[in-house]
Amino acid sequence: MLPLRLGEGRGEVVVIELDAVSMVYRSRGKGAVTALDDLHLRIEAGEFVTLVGPSGCGKSTVLKLVSGLLEATSGQIRIHGQPVRGPRREMGFVFQTPVLLPWRTVRENVLLPIEMLGRPVREHVARADELLAQVGLDGFQTAHSWELSGGMQQRVGICRALIHDPEILLMDEPFAALDAMTRETIGFELLRIWEERRKTVLFVTHSIPEAVLLADRVVVMSPRPGRIASVIPIDLPRPRTVEMEYDERFKEAALEIRALIDHGSTSARTSATAAGGRA
Amino acid sequence: MTAPDASGVGRPGHPETADAPLPGRGLDLGTWIAPVVSVILILALWQATVLVFRLPRFVLPPPLDVLTALVNNLPILLRDTWITGRETVAGFFLSILVAVPLAILINLSAPLRNGIYPFLLLGQSVPKQAIAPLLLLWIGYGEVPRVILAFLTAFFPIVVNTAIGLQMTPPEMQDLGRLLSASRRRVFFKVTFPSAMPYFFAGLKVAISLAVIGAVIGEFIGGDTGLGQRILVASGNQRTDLAFAAILMLSLLGILLFTLVALAEKILCPWYDKS
Repeated sequence: MLPLRLGEGRGEVVVIELDAVSMVYRSRGKGAVTALDDLHLRIEAGEFVTLVGPSGCGKSTVLKLVSGLLEATSGQIRIHGQPVRGPRREMGFVFQTPVLLPWRTVRENVLLPIEMLGRPVREHVARADELLAQVGLDGFQTAHSWELSGGMQQRVGICRALIHDPEILLMDEPFAALDAMTRETIGFELLRIWEERRKTVLFVTHSIPEAVLLADRVVVMSPRPGRIASVIPIDLPRPRTVEMEYDERFKEAALEIRALIDHGSTSARTSATAAGGRA
Repeated sequence: MTAPDASGVGRPGHPETADAPLPGRGLDLGTWIAPVVSVILILALWQATVLVFRLPRFVLPPPLDVLTALVNNLPILLRDTWITGRETVAGFFLSILVAVPLAILINLSAPLRNGIYPFLLLGQSVPKQAIAPLLLLWIGYGEVPRVILAFLTAFFPIVVNTAIGLQMTPPEMQDLGRLLSASRRRVFFKVTFPSAMPYFFAGLKVAISLAVIGAVIGEFIGGDTGLGQRILVASGNQRTDLAFAAILMLSLLGILLFTLVALAEKILCPWYDKS
């Protein structure tokens, strides 16, 4: 599981660490449901890690745990060696839907975290405009969300997550609602920003091609209970291009992940049948 | 197009999402002719019915008589309308003043909510007409009991709608607030309160129409001014034409006040009908 590549500041400092993390939801009547079971993972500074798996495998829960919005039932999550206790400001969070505030302009939406932090807004306007320009939204600073397409709204969502210069970027299926073409374009835009700003990215998706194309490493999860089935290093050069989707290494990785996911769901089915037989 | 965009969207000002057909835009004759024709037809039918069946005028005055009564008594009717309007607006603003803080309190904590809600439901289920005689007993004649009745009728839809609106904060925004450890107050003013605005205005639109009813009920019960009293007195004197004219003024007042609230909504939350 140790990354073989070194250099460019990557592969040296461990930023996010999951140590035997489990998450159990208790509800009345239904009893306890294990959402995550014994997760171990180390993510290094500047790394782009994607988390892929079928729906219901607890991918989003992992993000909430890392951000401190949720607390693990057992195990520990550490950021730079410090255990996570409660929400942390050094996280930028990109939600599945952008959820822009319709009474604010695009620029004001990007600046919202600055206002929430109580920092001087005026000092961050230039940075907001710069981020917007980087995702091709130059000229849209004073537009409103209803004037934007879904893709443009999610671009604003990315800028909003980056405005307070967080060290870690957590992304929860951010492109799931977008069409395939937009998805690809915006993915490469994200990679450009990432190459430039060197954030540590944890990116949840259910699209295998997306997971492979973006990542340094793909964490494959199996469902019920959510476990890490495998971690696949992606041996494709940077910067990534569309053509790499036809590269043998890409296909190999994608197939391997596919097999892992299918195997995971098969075993889940068998255990369900077994449980049904017992009852 | 300078910015290449795979999602293929318009520029600001030419939004792709906003070019759905707007009703009643410009001089669209089709949308104007139908209602005008139907109104004229109904009035003609009314006039014809009265003439053909020789209905006594105190039972049903023909529309032209109503118009004459309206024109001849315009100064009195305008003064009545002013009084009823004043009572309505006073009660309406009073209800906003009380309802909004109460809605905020309801959303502050579960015990507060559970403590206040039963009284709201109880209060809402009481017909306000039933309280009117009591108000007369407690406060006496004059404009105050009418303002209170307008307030009571307008109050509940504002509380309920605003309280619901305040719960409409997107969960993602709450997460964002928690991540950045923003204070509750900051999240409230930046996200929660503005998010509730469309619901607040939906409540206001219901409330303003109800406030007119409340004021008129107050006028029915006691006093000697306002459109409600004018209708009562005119009916008693078999001046049905004047009663009809007063009712017409009442509905015009209602339409005017409703339009003003809708206008305020357009100015204060212009995003609502667009998003």
